[in-house]
Amino acid sequence: MKYETIVGLEVHAELSTDSKIYCDCKNAFGMEVNTQVCPICMGMPGTLPTLNKKVVEYAVKMGHALGCTINTVSKQDRKNYFYPDLPKAYQISQSDIPLCENGSLTILVDGVEKTIGVTRIHIEEDAGKLLHDDSFAGSLVDLNRCGVPLIEIVSEPDMRSSADAKAYLETIREILMYLGISDCKMQEGSIRCDINVSVRKEGDTQFGTRVEMKNVNSFSGAVRAIEYEAQRQIEVLEAGGTISQETRRWDDAQGKNFLLRSKEDAHDYRYFPEPDLRTIVISPEEVARLKDELPELPNKKLARYVTELGLSQKDAALIVENLDKSMLFDETVALGLCQPKNLSNWILGDISKYMNETSRSILDTPLTPKRLGSLIQSIEQGKISNASGKIVFDAILHEDKDPETVIQEKRMAQVSDADALTQIAQQVLQANEKSVTDYKNGKTNALGFLVGQCMKLSKGQANPAMMKEIITALLQQ
Amino acid sequence: MELYQKSAVELSAMLRRKDCSAREILSSVYARIDGAEDRVGAYVTLTREKAFEQADAVDAKIAAGEQLHPLAGIPVGVKDNICTKGVATTCSSRMLENFVPPYNATVVERLMQAGMVMTGKLNMDEFAMGSSCETSYFKKTHNPRDLSRVPGGSSGGSAAAVASGEAVVALGSDTGGSIRQPAAYCGVVGLKPTYGTVSRYGLVAFASSLDQIGPMARTVTDTAMLYGVLCGHDRMDATSVLREYPSFTSGLDGNVAGLRIGVPREYFSAGVDASVKEKVQEALSLLERNGAVIREISLPNTDGALAAYYILACAEASSNLARFDGVKYGYRAKDYTSLNDMYEKTRSEGFGDEVKRRILLGTFVLSSGYYDAYYKKAKLFQKKLSAEFEEAFADCDVIATPTAPNTAFRIGENVDDPLKMYASDVCTVTVNIASLPAISVPCGVDAAGLPVGLQLIGSRYSEQTLLRAAFGYETLVGGFDGVAALS
Repeated sequence: MKYETIVGLEVHAELSTDSKIYCDCKNAFGMEVNTQVCPICMGMPGTLPTLNKKVVEYAVKMGHALGCTINTVSKQDRKNYFYPDLPKAYQISQSDIPLCENGSLTILVDGVEKTIGVTRIHIEEDAGKLLHDDSFAGSLVDLNRCGVPLIEIVSEPDMRSSADAKAYLETIREILMYLGISDCKMQEGSIRCDINVSVRKEGDTQFGTRVEMKNVNSFSGAVRAIEYEAQRQIEVLEAGGTISQETRRWDDAQGKNFLLRSKEDAHDYRYFPEPDLRTIVISPEEVARLKDELPELPNKKLARYVTELGLSQKDAALIVENLDKSMLFDETVALGLCQPKNLSNWILGDISKYMNETSRSILDTPLTPKRLGSLIQSIEQGKISNASGKIVFDAILHEDKDPETVIQEKRMAQVSDADALTQIAQQVLQANEKSVTDYKNGKTNALGFLVGQCMKLSKGQANPAMMKEIITALLQQ
Repeated sequence: MELYQKSAVELSAMLRRKDCSAREILSSVYARIDGAEDRVGAYVTLTREKAFEQADAVDAKIAAGEQLHPLAGIPVGVKDNICTKGVATTCSSRMLENFVPPYNATVVERLMQAGMVMTGKLNMDEFAMGSSCETSYFKKTHNPRDLSRVPGGSSGGSAAAVASGEAVVALGSDTGGSIRQPAAYCGVVGLKPTYGTVSRYGLVAFASSLDQIGPMARTVTDTAMLYGVLCGHDRMDATSVLREYPSFTSGLDGNVAGLRIGVPREYFSAGVDASVKEKVQEALSLLERNGAVIREISLPNTDGALAAYYILACAEASSNLARFDGVKYGYRAKDYTSLNDMYEKTRSEGFGDEVKRRILLGTFVLSSGYYDAYYKKAKLFQKKLSAEFEEAFADCDVIATPTAPNTAFRIGENVDDPLKMYASDVCTVTVNIASLPAISVPCGVDAAGLPVGLQLIGSRYSEQTLLRAAFGYETLVGGFDGVAALS
């Protein structure tokens, strides 16, 4: 019996606003425990939240990017539960009227486009973190993360495999990065997701009972978690069992999930309208303004790279998925100095290598679009060889110099003057009579040796292609 | 007449004339506290040392010829659910017995800016839940007009301090009548302002959508002056309204001619003591004889108000009080075996019965499957009631009712009967549900000599009209009783 896997995702993304959602504390990661806090985000008695407008703006931008309806009137609600990392014992979230609703996202899986429905996007506050350590008894709590703004993006159960889910997550991440509204640092937990999985026999039209998985902290973890859970459900069904609606905790280290709570133990969050905050009202003008501010989004960019700039789908995708690379690409293309295809090769080759090795952003180095453009231009125009180009590239990065300066200083300008090259060739042929004889006797590999000697004599500055042509011509005389 | 017996207006004038110093005023009030507190029990915490520092600072400014706020140097007591930096803020609960906030409530900042002198923190029903001050974890407060009786609640300590002269004026908070009912029981003036005009930042929340801090005093003018200090926009409170406020004392001319007073028959039903009705009617007749226009009106939704109030207030309270979980501050049970055990024991031991009753009630009405039947219905009722009031105010300037259906009862008399206790809020809760302002002024005494309260309700932001009407009545009766003799 073949089964189909049904996946729905709830993605929580931390927004990179300067301050927290309901107080003036800095929204900063990695600081000393309990230093980025104030009476408000610590939930002390009598304190009140006031909404950071930026959070609404960021969420609306995401709503626009996912083609959502933006609710110009939405409200905030309290989600009540006890946990030591939640100082007010309720999370301010949005229940029945979220900021954004009814959107969709197009993803590309194995070259095929799929559209995934986006049910809603709402804003909420993050909770703190419990610290467990052998060096102290019990648990301690760090409240720095309390009040960090989050958006929760809820999808429809439109994904049919772990690959769909992975593509969905990666596309969401790309969009968040393009909008500049989240750091998207997985290792810092800026994107987390809850996964709903169910299975059904192929051909069935009704969904199976879904199981929610929590604690999934990486995209690869999501893939493993979905595959594990689908398999678990199939095994239960094959053994004649039934799936019960429950919440399970994914343990990525063990590659297994564990029952967290059954439906009977499900929390009753007792949602009700947050009386300390006013209804969120955004004017249609503001909604329109935020739409106008959207940058070119990844899917549009990809299409443009392929159709207008002639990049392969694969190369285009590799550039688009990285915001730094696409920015460098776009800005360099705009200068019109070099061919987009050659630029793409450089970005996906040496530049990617450099970014990986140094973990630096290419935008923070001396390699400006102008320098990169003229470097590639010099190669395209035959002024320098490809090999020299790499030396110039290193010099730009390490010595902060313009490519023209490096070429001049290192006397790299290629000799492409036919007369000069003929002179060199004649010298070499005279000095290597044996090789000339060999060549004429059919040992064609002597040609390589002779060209090599020419290059050596020219201190590498001879245009190798022209050099080869001239030598060949002279030998055939 | 001792200084502590004088009104803020009189003391302010004396300070300006240098007839006395702020230190002398405070000394007089503290001498009264020392003499009366063991019988009244108004305070949870006294801040004697800080108070004298503040008084001396005012005196120094007066000596330097600085321009001061009219209330500078006036001793003020603060209800113990209003956060005071460095001074314990207990909400009269074991849960917060040792809680010292690192911040001031916005209203406390405003008192300080005006140069007022805080005498201490006043007793209340635990977390403002109660109508007699008897749910306080620490002490019973006695009604200065009759020490065997309750001062009302929840701002019972505030009302008792003002009535006994242990403070010249005080801050209370009012969620369903907690300023007005004790003001009525203790024979003082109490104003519950329009929701949103006084910042709630630093007020330990009971029911966020209903809570409002307000002034309590022995005269209408003092009440008006203190309200002028308290009101104003605060960016720390998202429910705070942005508007200009007039001077609340300038319109007080004692004239009630032409004042249109609506008298809703539902507030004079069978549940209201005959002597209370009689006193309120007498007050209305006096106003009418002096030119006010009395008109009987009907507010048919009044009947549902008490039920709606207890649903809304308890729902919000169940969430607001969830933060008292033993994790971060306040009481934590000593022995526990797990996190849940710690939560359960902490909250079982840290909260009193009334608070627990309301948390349970609120948790129930918000729970899945019951939300629509209770909370949602109560919210709809709130809209209906607000509309009904709005309609009524088309034809009248103020609405007059008894503040409470009865006068102060004996300590212990109602503690075992929560429903009877809840019923004493019947005339006041409608005002909170509809976000309206209302003032309670003394209107004579019943056969037992206990004060009766007249409540005047206004439309939103009509505090000026209310204060003017109240001052008119105060003028007609030749002023209210001053400080209680504590016989």
